[in-house]
Amino acid sequence: MIQPSSVGIVAPQSAHFDQPLTLRSGGVLPAYDLVYETYGTLNADRNNAVLVCHALSGSHHVAGCYADAPDNIGWWDNLVGPGKPLDTRRYFVIGVNNLGGCHGTTGPRSINPATGKRWGAGFPFVTVEDWVEAQARLADRLGIERFAAVLGGSLGGMQAISWSLQYPERVANVVAVASAPMLTAQNIAFNEVARQAILTDPEFHGGNYYEHGVVPARGLKLARMLGHITYLSDDSLGEKFGRSLRHGKAMYNYGVEFEIESYLRYQGDKFAGHFDANTYLLTTKALDYFDPAFDHDGNLAAALAKSSADFLIVSFTTDWRFAPARSREIVYALLHNRRKVSYAEIESTAGHDSFLLDDTHYHAVLSSYFKRMKV
Amino acid sequence: MVYRYDYDVITEWIAPGEKILDLGCGDGSLLKHLVAVRQVHGYGVENDPANLVSCLDNGINVIQMDLEKGLAGFEDGFFDHVIMSLSLQAIQNTQGILAEMLRVGREAVVSFPNFGYWRHRQSILNGRMPVSDSLPHQWFNTPNVRFFTIGDFDALCEQTGIAVRERLAFDEGKLVLDEPNFNASVAVYRLGRET
Repeated sequence: MIQPSSVGIVAPQSAHFDQPLTLRSGGVLPAYDLVYETYGTLNADRNNAVLVCHALSGSHHVAGCYADAPDNIGWWDNLVGPGKPLDTRRYFVIGVNNLGGCHGTTGPRSINPATGKRWGAGFPFVTVEDWVEAQARLADRLGIERFAAVLGGSLGGMQAISWSLQYPERVANVVAVASAPMLTAQNIAFNEVARQAILTDPEFHGGNYYEHGVVPARGLKLARMLGHITYLSDDSLGEKFGRSLRHGKAMYNYGVEFEIESYLRYQGDKFAGHFDANTYLLTTKALDYFDPAFDHDGNLAAALAKSSADFLIVSFTTDWRFAPARSREIVYALLHNRRKVSYAEIESTAGHDSFLLDDTHYHAVLSSYFKRMKV
Repeated sequence: MVYRYDYDVITEWIAPGEKILDLGCGDGSLLKHLVAVRQVHGYGVENDPANLVSCLDNGINVIQMDLEKGLAGFEDGFFDHVIMSLSLQAIQNTQGILAEMLRVGREAVVSFPNFGYWRHRQSILNGRMPVSDSLPHQWFNTPNVRFFTIGDFDALCEQTGIAVRERLAFDEGKLVLDEPNFNASVAVYRLGRET
């Protein structure tokens, strides 16, 4: 057996699109760039392409590292590569930064050609469906008529599902991991608190903070800290940090005392240092709005009737942000439509973030599924 | 891949193109067989991680869930047949799962080892728990939690309004017609709802 290894050094590419894109919100993007990466080779039949959709804070950088930044390893590198579950010797894997993103794809930080200034608050609202439309144009550009699979975790899973509804004939398989058919009120509530942290930051300046030479780092940091708690489980936080005190005893001040405080502040600062606050706002709204059942009186089975793909749905036992019960809703709605569907509920202590880890059973499930897919 | 003789009986009771749910489907062998010879639209249910992966390897639709929690989420009468092959004795909630099988399926197909098989009785008379082809485990490592006979099962069906539409009994693979509760090691039932 060949040892699992990395796809090695990769380089992002950019595709420019001149054809205006009308968005669900009614807004129009006159032109845009999509930044993407590919791994492996598109075969002669052009039927071995797998699209990887990223979640809230992800990007097109799915696997490998950069020549000038060897430590910048792709967010799903443990899954994608030669000999790995999504084997790049067999599949042509594509990662795309979503519209409205901040990793090179046109987003609020980009220059609006109409004004010569950054889009900022003027960037139109984007939805999961809009992302799929943009990705479909990229697929056209790359000569991919039909994906062997569209794969994603969390928000990425929603995109994968949406792909199968918007372009049923272009998706052979959907793999949705740690996902949900739509957010719950609780989920929207978390997103709203995160947004309020950003929107009420004095440095936000109505979203046009670029012009003031500042960023709403405090709000973004708080948003990330809150999000981070919800991505982990009570058990995993307890295991990792417990009640550990940095100074071994209570200091009776508001500095870092408990190790969990240190961890959250570090994660928050790191995130606020590179991520764009407007992208965070737009992306959480895209999450909130996603609801394929909305146009079917809340009937998910009726909504999923449009899809013709085969499905693999995966959830994690301790994921309370996108709980197993939410994945089961998808499974039962697909069953109703007699779709081919398999469902794995992975025993894990790590909460929502489990989908990024390389649990043996989890990867065995994905590996088997990708092996049996016909290309 | 395992192939068991109860598969042939079960296959006889399945019409081409049926919707099938196989509870405790193991590595998916039976469903794979039914897909091949009956072109069924089949789903397996498994809770063992290794079996789940084997099902995926076998190209079977498999859904991970704990049968002890019932089949909530599956629609009433959705399946033509709900099968449970040699797993009923390993489930605590016997009546619950039988009721669920007949809720989501038009008919249920159940096979189980007969604890009343004469070799098993002989073993008990000799003071030891039976170990045989149909009960291969030792008392201390068996996954089985319910020990019952063909007679017991018939009585349960009678009490709970389950119609026994057909029953075949076997002695290590050979059809048994005479005194099945004594002579058969395994029984296969086709069950329905009493109307």
